[in-house]
Order: sequence, then structure tokens, then C-alpha cells
Amino acid sequence: MTTLWTPRRGGLIALAAVIAVLPLFLQNAFHYDVAILIGLNAIVCVGLNLLIGYAGQISLGHAGFFALGAYASAILTGDHDWPPLAALLGGALAVGLLSFVIARPILKLKGHYLAMGTLGMGIIISIVLNQEVELTGGPDGMPVPSFVLFGWEPAGELTWYALVGGLLLATVWLALNLIDSPVGRALRAVHGSETAAEVMGIDTTRYKVQVFVVSAVLASLSGSLFAHYSGFISPAEGEFFRSIELVTMVVLGGMASTFGAVVGAAILTVVPQLLAAFHDYEMLLFGAVLMGMMIFLRKGLVPSLAQLLRERRK
Amino acid sequence: MSLLRVENLSKSFGGVAAVADLSFTIDPGAIYSIIGPNGAGKTTVINLISGIFRPSSGRIFFEDQDVTGLPPYELARRGLSRIFQNLQVFANMTALENVMVGHHLHCDRRFLPALLRLPHIVRGDAACRVFAAELMASVGLGDYVHAEASMLPYGALKRLEIARALATRPKMLLLDEPAAGLNPAETDAIDGLIKGIAEGGVTVLLVEHDMRLVMGISDRILVLDHGRWLASGTAPQIRRNPEVVAAYLGGEARER
Repeated sequence: MTTLWTPRRGGLIALAAVIAVLPLFLQNAFHYDVAILIGLNAIVCVGLNLLIGYAGQISLGHAGFFALGAYASAILTGDHDWPPLAALLGGALAVGLLSFVIARPILKLKGHYLAMGTLGMGIIISIVLNQEVELTGGPDGMPVPSFVLFGWEPAGELTWYALVGGLLLATVWLALNLIDSPVGRALRAVHGSETAAEVMGIDTTRYKVQVFVVSAVLASLSGSLFAHYSGFISPAEGEFFRSIELVTMVVLGGMASTFGAVVGAAILTVVPQLLAAFHDYEMLLFGAVLMGMMIFLRKGLVPSLAQLLRERRK
Repeated sequence: MSLLRVENLSKSFGGVAAVADLSFTIDPGAIYSIIGPNGAGKTTVINLISGIFRPSSGRIFFEDQDVTGLPPYELARRGLSRIFQNLQVFANMTALENVMVGHHLHCDRRFLPALLRLPHIVRGDAACRVFAAELMASVGLGDYVHAEASMLPYGALKRLEIARALATRPKMLLLDEPAAGLNPAETDAIDGLIKGIAEGGVTVLLVEHDMRLVMGISDRILVLDHGRWLASGTAPQIRRNPEVVAAYLGGEARER
């Protein structure tokens, strides 16, 4: 029999425990609100980390996919009376197709060029959301009907918390599975050396496209849930700064660490709330975090801590 | 039947001909070496055969099928693998994982089963791990199975590249300067390793500067000069060939 306590299983159990116990410490609606936002951000970051941390492909436009999912849900449920679950899946499918079409040309780019390409993609999405006033309400945003699942409506913070927490756990489980498989090794090989990966029989373009689509779909799903949860969305959800925020979360938590992505999302969702009085300096904070991490802790929090623990044990 | 046949192969970079009108065939089971002075186009030939570069003209046949211009991953599927002169180790993985990546084509590579971690993925990975560890032991890397690839010494990295390439189960292995940067003792060990690979039924195409190594193990040798065919034959024939001596060995002798 294999050992019961592998790092991946231990991590999953720990995450489940944190999600289960956390409500004991959440005292009011605001606390729940922050916890739910952490969960939604973490879902995006776990996907983004597959792309950036494992496959080594940067994206500065993922907030665009998040916003597209949010708007798909808002428009399909609000204006076309789709059931929310169908709208959520429809949005994810549309974003999946869109990202699939974009992925091939854009992932031919490398390094700075890929960053620029995805940046442009995010900006285009943001412009469309702002300009298509008929469809999206333009810069004023639009209201979103509440989430109803086969007649059941998650009302109240605890229900939403459980829903998002469960989804986060599932996302982390799927991501860990993927990484610990031939597909995951192929993705990491692409990061290590694309040339060598190709020589080993890995169709690098195909894997890059796959992981790009997966990360885009996760962002879209999270965006859909966010839209229903908050009841109102605006193009700000898809802005460039949101994309940077997401990347900073991944970098802070630790590239190529699924739990790192969750930790990064948690820290950088909470800290701006604590510093609400200094709201004007939020961008400054994210910039400083990004710079500091690059200079002092390039691996990110979780991988650095793990390394420290391993060395201690020796 | 030849395993590899190259016909009138040419490659130029911005008007400079790196390889010009080169033809040769390699029989299965042979150790075939390409030698020549620096800049003779040896590594370019390897890059053309392994699909890293597309030829400017000419054709490449592997097992009598035209494989000209196919991407490296297609060639890997057909049984062609290689190592790199400037190491291309996956530094973000363990040594063992590097070799496991080499076994990629023989694993279940589908996305959904991996995502759901179906039981056969777990079993397949366990088997792959054992296979990779055994392969590492067989090339003398038994001590490094659990090490991070980035922590390996240079000589071990060379062997790691060989193990990774062998994990693809190739019919033909292209070795681009496997002994470069190694000390004489390590070079002798590589010599034995290459012989062992050929005895295992893998055809070897070797590009190497170390003359003692080349002359000792090659069944046939091709000499390139300025991207062109200069001579080919067995080691004694090459050693006696006056043109080779003039263009290559003689040139070196004069420098001394």
C-alpha cells in the first residue's frame, strides 16, 4: 500500500480543514465577503499558475477571461432568462473556444512578446466591455440576477462560502492531479526547455494551448460566480490592473506551487481590505510586492518555506 | 535497408552555406561518426536530422520514409532521439523526472484521465518511475535518482541527457559531442556507454571532437569540411586519407 500521508494528500486535507474551520473565525458579513473573494481569486490563480508557474507562459490578460465569464452570466441570465448554471457553462464554453482560437497565434510568442500579446488581448476585451453599451451597459456596469441552481438559491454568506470553498477544493484537486501526470510533466518540460521537450516527443504547442484554455475557463467560471455573488459587475473586473493583481498573487504565493497560488490569493485579497484607508495606494502595494518578490524571494512564499523546512529536517 | 538516408542536404543561414549538398546513409546497428574542424557544419547536420532546423534543400529519409521538415516530436515518435551539445536539461525538475519526460510517448498522455487521476494513470506513473530509475542506474546515475537536475555535476548532466534520450526507446540516437568538457577518465566511461547503447540495438550517430574516442568506436566515419563531404570510410581509411590529413589533422598539426 502506498503511504497515506503524501505531500499532495496532506496539502489537500490541510486546505479542506482550513476551509471547514475558517467560519468559526468569521464574525460578520464583511469577513465572509473577504473569504468568498479569496476563494474566487484563488480559483483563477490556481489555473493561472498552471499556465505561468508550471508551463512557463506568462499572461497579462487573464482578468479579461474572468470578466467575459462574468458578463456572459450577467447577459444570458439577465437579458435572455437562461438558467444561471446554463449561462455559467455557456460562458465557460465560449471563453474556452475564444481562448483556443487566440492561443495558437499568441503562444507562438515568447517572453516579453508573449507578455505584450496577452496584455493587448486583455485590453481589447476591456475596451469591448466598455464600448458595447447596448450589451454590457458600458462603464456603468450592469446588475446580475441571483444564482439559482435547480430551484435552490444560495442565500446568505455561509452558503456562498461553502459553494466557493467546495469549488476551490475541487479545482486544487484537479490541478494537483494534472501536475502529477505525464501531462503535467510535459508542461513543466515546456518550461524547462521547449527544444528538449519537442525532442522527447512532446507537441509543445498543443500542451501550451491546452493549459491556456484550462486557465481561461477557470477564470471564466470564477467570473460567472463572482457576477452572481456580487449582483453587479462593471468593466473594472476586466481591467489591466486586475490582470496584474492576479499575476502578483501567483508570484507571491509561489510559481509552480498550487497551494502557493491559494496562499498568494489569500494574502493579496486580505491585505488591501485591511489597508482600506489607504485605498489610493493599492497599486503601489502590488507594485512593491512584485518588485520585492523578484529581488528577494523569486521562488515565492510557499516553495521557499517548503525548502526551508526540508533543509531544517536534514 | 538503410535506417537513415540523407540526400543532397543543404542549409544556409543568410547566404552562408553551413551544409552543402551532403549525402550519406547509415545502416541499422552501426556507430556512425561525423567529424570535421570547428565550423564544419556537424551540429547543423544533427539539427537538420532531428528537425530543429528545416533544410534549405535536399531530403531526409528515416526507415525509407520521407521525414524532411517534420517537427522533432514527430521524429521522436518514429524513433529518433538526441542529446544536445549545449545541455538542455529540464532544470526545474528532478533528475528522475527528466528521464520520465523522456518516456512521455509510452505513457497515457490524455488530458481528462490525468485531470481525474484515474487508477491506470497512477499505475502508469509508478511503472514509469521504476523504468526511469533503472535506466538511470544503467547509465551510472544511480546516486542521482532523487537529486534536483540543477544540482548535478557536468559529467552527470551529460549522462542524464543520454538516459532521457534512451527513455524514448529510440531506434537511432544522435549524440552531439557527448564527451565535450569531460576529463579523460569520464571520456573513457562514455566510450563504454556508447558501445553498450549500440550493442543494445540502437543505431548511433556521433558528432565528436575527441579523436581517440571516434577512431576507437566508429564503424564508419564521415568527414565534413566547410559543410561539404570530404571523405567517408572506416577509421583506418580515414586516418590514411591524405585530404583529411591536410584539411583537418594536418591543419591542427601546423598550429602546433
